[in-house]
This record gives sequence, structure tokens and C-alpha cells, in this order.
Amino acid sequence: MHRPIHELTDAYRRGDLKPTAVAEDYLARIGALDGKVGAYLTVMREHALDAARESEQRWRSGSPRGPLDGAPIAVKDVLCTAGVRTTCGSKMLERFVPPYDATTVERLRAAGAVLLGKTNMDEFAMGSSTEHSAYHPTHNPWDLTRVPGGSSGGSAAAVAGGLAAGSYGSDTGGSIRQPAAFCGVVGMKPTYGRVSRYGLIALASSLDQIGPFAQDVTDTALLLGAVAGHDPRDSTSIDAPVPDYTAELPKGVAGLTLGLPDEYFIDGMDPDIERAVRQAIEVLKGLGAKIERVSLPTTRHSLAAYYVILPAEASSNLARYDGVKYGLRVAGRDLVDMESRTRSAGFGAEVKRRIMLGTYALSAGYYDAYYGKAQSVRTLVRREFAAAFAKVDLIVAPTTPNIAFKHGEKEDPLSMYLNDVFTIPGNLSGIPGVSVPCGFSTAGLPIGLQVLGRPLDEARVLRAAYAYEQATSWRSRRPELA
Amino acid sequence: MIERKDVEHVARLTRLALTDAELERMREQLNSILAHLDTLRAVPTEGVEPTSHAVDLVNVMREDEVGPCLSQDNALANAPDRSGEFFRVPRIIEE
Repeated sequence: MHRPIHELTDAYRRGDLKPTAVAEDYLARIGALDGKVGAYLTVMREHALDAARESEQRWRSGSPRGPLDGAPIAVKDVLCTAGVRTTCGSKMLERFVPPYDATTVERLRAAGAVLLGKTNMDEFAMGSSTEHSAYHPTHNPWDLTRVPGGSSGGSAAAVAGGLAAGSYGSDTGGSIRQPAAFCGVVGMKPTYGRVSRYGLIALASSLDQIGPFAQDVTDTALLLGAVAGHDPRDSTSIDAPVPDYTAELPKGVAGLTLGLPDEYFIDGMDPDIERAVRQAIEVLKGLGAKIERVSLPTTRHSLAAYYVILPAEASSNLARYDGVKYGLRVAGRDLVDMESRTRSAGFGAEVKRRIMLGTYALSAGYYDAYYGKAQSVRTLVRREFAAAFAKVDLIVAPTTPNIAFKHGEKEDPLSMYLNDVFTIPGNLSGIPGVSVPCGFSTAGLPIGLQVLGRPLDEARVLRAAYAYEQATSWRSRRPELA
Repeated sequence: MIERKDVEHVARLTRLALTDAELERMREQLNSILAHLDTLRAVPTEGVEPTSHAVDLVNVMREDEVGPCLSQDNALANAPDRSGEFFRVPRIIEE
């Protein structure tokens, strides 16, 4: 029964399928297969069945709430769910039960979606492999010895493995697009501010953005449309109308100019990826797109700028975990001792490393050399994208320099960070980007094509991804899990 | 290069109690990461204003009106320790 949401709802409309049967089927698959994949941290079984029954009533009475009514969806455990434990992949929040819904979750419930559960992630969204969840690692459905990418690895693996029809994650430096590429699904990071971050547990507030994972581009458009738009509860939320993203999809790429950045084809990248991406560009050319070379020279400094800005902001955001208001507390002899014991016991190694790095970068005497410098480099990255987008409509590039790696393969923190070298510039500049499957390596592992666009131009980004998807058949290939 | 005493200082600032072995490992890893971050120094940024944020938003204001908010009980529901309507913490002020 694992098929795109738009096909499920078509079947609901015709009366060929019932939301309860679909929800039960997904829950049964989760029960049978998630022991191998580890995509979920919490399965919301009773909630899902209740929501599916209510959806069924609406479809039966001819009054569904829209294109997501009865769609079985998973959300990353970084999004607050009222009454349902939200851990952020950390022992710090093992028993945290939010008193409110994130705006994204609230909008999904209002749209009639069936929430299946909360997905696994690297602790506090710090990581690129979902090996650094405090609970268990997630495995790539295409090859269980390999990682699904991260930090939203549970959400990507759930969609790839048929354990959810669609899902949501968060992307701070590539945490949606990179796992989408590794798992052979579509994943989108919208423009910074396009989706409300209210109720999203903060990592780096100037970079974080919520977005969907889907089986195809049509679902991606539906899932984005359902949660995008202004929210007065997030002061960084953009007050701009949300277009009908699905209506734009069939417009094609004829007449569009696509930029190919020199800096995204680097020494050391997997030759299978370069081959697949160059073939994808030929396909787009065949569909009538014009290809033009562009240069984004500061790309090579983006990783360093990001690893100043992210830890700096994260160290401030994570100061709130002090054992007082919510989360873990370990008793101590006085307040400072209690806080230190709590934070030492509650945070994992990567989280501690980034808190230390960020605090160092912000500390007296180093602020200008690190944080100030990185913020200026960020301006250069934005300017280069703006200059490129004055000449081209979209930018196409690989999503990642490598395919999904083996568990335990990237022990050194810096080699893990290099995974995000092609996705980080999109976060630094705030622009939207999607990863769409564009082939397989010789070993049979998925490869992602990244399409980046101007701020708030998600419609055109999706349109190009859709044109490519419709011209190819990669999405018909599925991992064999059972 | 950052030294052991710098690592200890930062650990105190961040309220992390690290063991000897953790401090040493942290020193090595931070130095390796900082060596990469130091490549930023080569980027000419004189006169380039910093970007703190990708969206050009200034202060967002709203009317100063009471709206729906969390109840006190909800706000206290996850507290590791509470006393009536307060978060309870270890003693801060000496008797």
C-alpha cells in the first residue's frame, strides 16, 4: 500500500481505499520492519488510528479537509507534539512531554493528516548520519549496514522504507536534503522563514528551517503547501502569500536557465555522483532548459563559516537545558553543580563538542576573529548567490559529494562535517533547495540532484524537480526490506 | 592552539563537568576543528557587513494585548522539581 499521498487520497475519493486500512497497514509495517530500520523513536498508534477513523468519516461524508486528509505522516522528534513525548534524540529530553504543538504539527492535524509517530535523529539535530541519537542508530533501507544520512535520518528512512507516506524534518546545514539523497526520496528545505519554527526545538536559529520528505515531487509540493505561511508566533516567519505549489508543477523547464556552479564539482567527490548529476543535467537540457556556468567562489569557505555560526548559536540555544524548567535534572550540592552534572549526563559527545566550540568562538577576545568573520563570509555567500540568480533562474548541483556511508565509517568529526559541503551554502544564504533522486551508484545506492532557487521561489524549484522526475523513472525503484 | 586551561575555562562557562580524559580529547578535537575554521582568515572581508540573518526583517511588533498562553500548571508540568507554583532549585544563597 506504500504509494504517494496524492494517490492514496485519490483512492479515498473514489472509495477504493480507506484511511483506517492504510493507517493499519503502515502501523503493521512499522511493527514488522522498524526493528531493522530504527526510523521511529515513538509510534503514536492509538492517536493514528483515532485520526484515521475521523478522516474516514470525513471522506465518507464527502467533506475531506484537503489533500492531506488521511495521509499517514511521520514527524522528526525535534517538533513539539502536545501530549506526546518529544526527545530531540537526547537523554536530556527523555521524559519531556510538550504542553503545545509546533505550528507545523498543528497545521498537519488541522489538515486531517494521520500522525504515525516521531522519527529518530542525531541528538539535537547535530550530525549527518543519525548514528548520534541517544537512543539507537537508524539504518538505510537500501543497505542496512549504511547510514540514512542525518540529522533527519529517521524521517528519510521512514519514507524510503515504506514506514510513512511522507514526513517532515528540519534542515540547518543539509539535514533534510542530505538524508533525502542518501535514502532515494525527495527532500526540501524551503526559504528561511517560509515555514514557522514555532515549536521546533532550536539548533541554530538563523539557519533552522522545517521541510518535507516525500516519495515524489507532487507530494513534496502538497506537504510544503500545508505547513508554509506566516505565523505570528515566529517573529522570523515571512509574511508572504503561499502559492499553490502543485498548480505550478506542470509548467516544465523549457525557457528556464539553470546555473551549473563550478565549485560543486570538486576533487574527491564520488565519480558515480558526478556522472549521475551530469546525466541529469543532460535530461534537463533535453527538456528545453538552458544551462549556464556560474561561479560561487566562497563555497569553499562555507563549511568553516557554518562551523562557527552553528556552534555559536547552538551553545546559546542549549543553555536553556539547566535542569530547572524541564528535562533531565541530576542532583548536585548547589545550583552550579546541579547544572553541570545535569548537562554532563544529559548531552552526548557531539553536542558537548559543539557547545564547547561555540562558547569558545563567542568568548572574549575571539568573537571578532570567529563569529564576526563568519558573519561577513556569510554576506559574501549571499552576494554570490544573488549575482548568480541575476543571470540564471535556478542552480543545479549534486546534493552530496558521497553516497551513504557505512555505520562507524566517519569517526573523525571533521570528516562527518564534510558531508554537508554542498548543502550548507543554501542555509547560510537562506535560499530554498530540494534534493530529488537522480540515479544510483554502481553499488546500487541512491544519488540526489539538488535544485536551488531564489528566496521564496519554491514553486520554480519544485517545477524543475518535477520536470526531471517525470522524465525519468528512478522513483519506481524501491528498497527491498521485507 | 588552545591549551588544557582554555578547555577547562570554556567547560566551566558552559556548565559541563568533563573528566580528565574528556578534557584531553576535547582539546585535541577542538584544535583540529579550529585549524579548519582558521582558514577563514584568508578570506578578504574588509568592509563587508556581517549577515546575522538571511531574511531582512527588523523588529516585529504586535499589539500589547493579552492573548491565549500556557497555563501555569502546563508551564510547570515538566519541571524536575516544583513547589506549588514555583520551580524549585538547589539553595543559591547561603544562610
